[in-house]
Amino acid sequence: MTSTHIGWVGLAGSFTLIVIAISLSLWQRLRLSGSIAWAATRAAAQLMAVGWALRLVLDPDASVIWAWAWVVVMVVFAGATLRQRAPEVPGIWWLGTLSMATVIIVSLSVIFGFGVFPIEGRTIVPLAGMMIGNSMTACVLVGRRIVAEFSEKRDEIEARLALGQPWPEAARPYTGAALRTALVPQIESTKAVGLVFLPGAMTGLVLAGVDAFDAVTIQLAIMYLILGSVATSVTVIGLGLTRQLFTSDHRLRRIDRQMTSA
Amino acid sequence: MHPPAEPPLLRFDSVSVVSGSGVALLADVSAAVVSGAITVVAGPSGAGKSTLLRLGDRLDIPSSGRVLFEGTDIAGIDPRRLRRSVGMVFQRPVLFAGSVEDNLRVADPEASQARMSFGLEQVGLDASMLGRAGDDLSGGEAQRVCIARTLLTEPKVLLMDEPTSSLDPVNRRSIEALARQFADRGLGVMWVSHDHVQVSRLADHLIVLCEGRRVSDLAAEAYLTEAGEQGSQP
Repeated sequence: MTSTHIGWVGLAGSFTLIVIAISLSLWQRLRLSGSIAWAATRAAAQLMAVGWALRLVLDPDASVIWAWAWVVVMVVFAGATLRQRAPEVPGIWWLGTLSMATVIIVSLSVIFGFGVFPIEGRTIVPLAGMMIGNSMTACVLVGRRIVAEFSEKRDEIEARLALGQPWPEAARPYTGAALRTALVPQIESTKAVGLVFLPGAMTGLVLAGVDAFDAVTIQLAIMYLILGSVATSVTVIGLGLTRQLFTSDHRLRRIDRQMTSA
Repeated sequence: MHPPAEPPLLRFDSVSVVSGSGVALLADVSAAVVSGAITVVAGPSGAGKSTLLRLGDRLDIPSSGRVLFEGTDIAGIDPRRLRRSVGMVFQRPVLFAGSVEDNLRVADPEASQARMSFGLEQVGLDASMLGRAGDDLSGGEAQRVCIARTLLTEPKVLLMDEPTSSLDPVNRRSIEALARQFADRGLGVMWVSHDHVQVSRLADHLIVLCEGRRVSDLAAEAYLTEAGEQGSQP
């Protein structure tokens, strides 16, 4: 195994590609050169800061408590980010935070319970980051889909309620459709892995000099972890949001940009 | 127009509804639905007719006042049980995905073929329709299936929210005839309409709403007389 160390010179070399992107923008008068330069600089600053903080957290001598504290911060930020990305979904902040916390508890319990990875800062933080990162898109999708579905199919849902169905039964076909919509991309992506694309973690391991078969087994474990996490987070958000759209006496609430009356 | 002769199945007792934005949709409206009669709720668009009907099925709740079913405040009745006793037919026929049989089974998952066939016959449809896809039905057929579906819950009251507004005159008259049959069998029917001629044909009792308020009985009589005159014109 050979270690891959890019160094400042290597990093500066890769910046050549940013220069090419800016040149193309100038040549084609896309007026994006400022945005490209800002994006590249901001990414560098953010990652440097994160790298510095991670170095402290992941230090073998550092207490594992710091890694768990990092995860808690990630969960809270994930909830806030979800609210920014889908403000039309009522209660997305607390539902998002709850679903991410559930994902972390369930998935890491399985992973660490079966001893798939050791309980160390260097495993806790990246694994939690991957689960949260991959779950966020699906959570936004399921939240938006449920709000749209319940607005468009309000007549059908109320017709079911009017026939005496309890709210969970009246909502099931529409919540189910939204859950399927949110889960299918992750399932498809899991199917295509290795054939259509090489996932980031595996690519990173191979670039870092890890044996290809070892990289594959690690990647597989991570893919299963991600699929399970996405399914868990989507289900928590989907069921929680559905519950929130009904009153306790089986009436469907009005759904506006912001949820209003009961 | 006849005065109610027996205790109402459904009674709206000074109900008011205020929207989330503070607009009064209904203000202090009282009304009753009695067994064996059709109570028509008439008035212009936006008068609060549908809002009143939705209170009866507890799809909405009043901001003040109360609704009583067989003398009991519906706030104290399990909504699922209430809604099987107080059926609702919506303005636009709402069919769920699947066949006619699938739709009927939403109302009664255990219904036998004979019961479903009888349900269809009650609304003038043939039992052979059970296997047909809901998407293939005409507007009139779809509304009849919706009525048959509601009847499977064996309601005592039928709330019908402009059920013929999207139908042609022939279907309109036949749905009206069905409502009359149901009333003759003892159901209490509440029918929302803004069609003067239809009002004059159907109303045993009339409630006229205007801007969320119930107009006086005298004004309602005048409305019915005017409607009758319009209905008798060639």
